[in-house]
Amino acid sequence: MTPMQTPYARKVRSDQSRLWENGRPLLTWLDIELTERCNNDCVHCSVNLPAQDREALDREMTAGFVMSVLEQAAALGCLGVRFTGGEPLLKSDFIDLYLFARHLGMKVMIFTNATLITPRLAGILSRTPPLEKMEISIYGMRAGSYEAVTRSPGSFEAARRGLGLLVEHRIPFVLKSALLPANKGEKGEFEAWAAGLPGGGGKPSFVVALDLRSRPDAARSGLIRSLRLPPPEAAGLLTGLDRDGGEERRRFVADYGGARGGRLFNCLEGGGRGAVDAYGHFQYCLTLRHPDTIYDLKQGSLREAVLELAPRLRKLRARDPEYLRRCGRCFLKALCLQCPAKSWAEHGTLDTPVDYFCEITHAQAEALGLLAAGEKAWTVEDWEPRVERIAGLRPGPGREDSPCREG
Amino acid sequence: MEDKVHLDSIYKPSDEIVAREIEGEIIIVPLTSGIGDMEDELYTFNETGRGIWRKLDGTRSLRDAAAELAAEFETPQEEIEQDVAGLIEQLVLRRIVVRIR
Repeated sequence: MTPMQTPYARKVRSDQSRLWENGRPLLTWLDIELTERCNNDCVHCSVNLPAQDREALDREMTAGFVMSVLEQAAALGCLGVRFTGGEPLLKSDFIDLYLFARHLGMKVMIFTNATLITPRLAGILSRTPPLEKMEISIYGMRAGSYEAVTRSPGSFEAARRGLGLLVEHRIPFVLKSALLPANKGEKGEFEAWAAGLPGGGGKPSFVVALDLRSRPDAARSGLIRSLRLPPPEAAGLLTGLDRDGGEERRRFVADYGGARGGRLFNCLEGGGRGAVDAYGHFQYCLTLRHPDTIYDLKQGSLREAVLELAPRLRKLRARDPEYLRRCGRCFLKALCLQCPAKSWAEHGTLDTPVDYFCEITHAQAEALGLLAAGEKAWTVEDWEPRVERIAGLRPGPGREDSPCREG
Repeated sequence: MEDKVHLDSIYKPSDEIVAREIEGEIIIVPLTSGIGDMEDELYTFNETGRGIWRKLDGTRSLRDAAAELAAEFETPQEEIEQDVAGLIEQLVLRRIVVRIR
C-alpha cells in the first residue's frame, strides 16, 4: 500500500511519544494480570499458581470486572493493554476480553507461553490483529531442556504447536526467555532459531536477574534464588560489552547518574502507566504488591486510583539506615535493578537494599571502567568528572527519575 | 474497490476501525488486518483533518460538509472541497471510511 498522501492525516507507529501534540492522557498503557495461575510450573517463575488453584480462581476478577476496568481505561485515554499472568489463556473468557479491548480501540499485547493457542484463537488474532507483537516465553530448544524448566510434560510440543499457528497465521510475536541451568548452553542455538522464525521479531530477550516471588512463598523464592546467575556472569550479559563496547550503558549513567537520597520511587516520570493484578488491585507496576502501594478497584474507580497513587508514591521516603548509607548516596542508582518492588519481593519492605542487584551493578560498573575493583559506588564523590573522563560523555543536569531497568 | 470520491455522497467511518478522541487528537485504530502498512500503525489528523473527520457522521454529503467547513475556516469552498476529496480518497483506499449513499 502506498503511503497516505495528504497533509491532513498522518500515520503513527506505536511510539506514543510522537502521538500527543497537546497533552498526554492520564493513562496510556495498562498491564492486566488476568490470573496468577499457570499450566506450566516453571522453576524460576514468580507468578505461577497451579492451574486448578480453586482459591485463586474464586478470587480472580470476573470477565465483567475486567471489562469495566477496560472501559474505564479507555475513557482515560488508554491506548494499549497487556494481558499477562500467570498464563492469560487459561481464562475461559479470554477471547471475549480480547475482542472487547480491541473494539474499545485498544492495542493488545498478549504475554503467553503459547501452549494454549488454538486454531480458533489464531484465526481471531489474524482477522482482528492485536496491533502489538505477542510476547512468547520459550525456555529451551528441546523437550528435555524446556520441560526441565516448565515441569509440565508435553508443554514443549504444545508450545511449538502454538508458535506454529502464529507463524501460519502471520501473527507477529517476539520471543522471551530466561537463562537457567537447564537451557544456558542452548543460548546461541536459540537465538539463531528465533532469528529465522517468520514474524518472530528477530533477537529474543532474556531475563538475566531473576525476581523472587512478590507474594510470600519462602520455598519457591529459595528455589529461584538458587537458580540465579552469579553477579559477574549476570553483569557480563547486561553491560553489552560484546554488543557496543558498553557504550549504551555508559551513556545511561551519564544521562541518569547521581544519588537520589531518600527518594524511593525514581521511575514515575511522565506517568501514564499502570497495572491491575488478578484480584482487581491497581498498582504502579505488577511486581509492586506492597499494601501501601496498591489501590483496590473494588473500592473506587480507575480514575481515582491513577490520580491518587502516583502522588502517594512520590511522597514515600526511605528510612532503612543501610539504604540511606548505600543506595541513597550511590551514583549508580539508576543502573541498579533494585527498586521498592524488588525490596518488597526480597525482604518484605520497600527500602531494604538487595545485595544481589547491588553486586551485579558494581560488577557492571567495574566492567565499564566506572569503578575500580572493590570500590563502592556510594563512596564516590567525583562521579561526574569520572563519567566524563571514562565515557567521553558530559553528564546531563541531574534528573530525579529514570526509566525502569526492566524496560 | 471504488476509489472515486463523490462530493454529493455521504460517507461514514467504516466498521473496520475504531475512531477515538483522546486529548483533542482523533486516533484511528484498525480493527481488521490490512488497514495499516504495519501491524502497529495508527492514524491521526491535524486540525483541518479533524474538522473534516467530525463531519463524517453519516448525515451530510461531502459537499455540505465542505460548505460548513468553508464557513468555519473562512476559506473558499472550492479549496475545501479539494482538500476533503483528497483526504476521503485516501481514507476510502484504506477502508477507514465507506460511502453509504
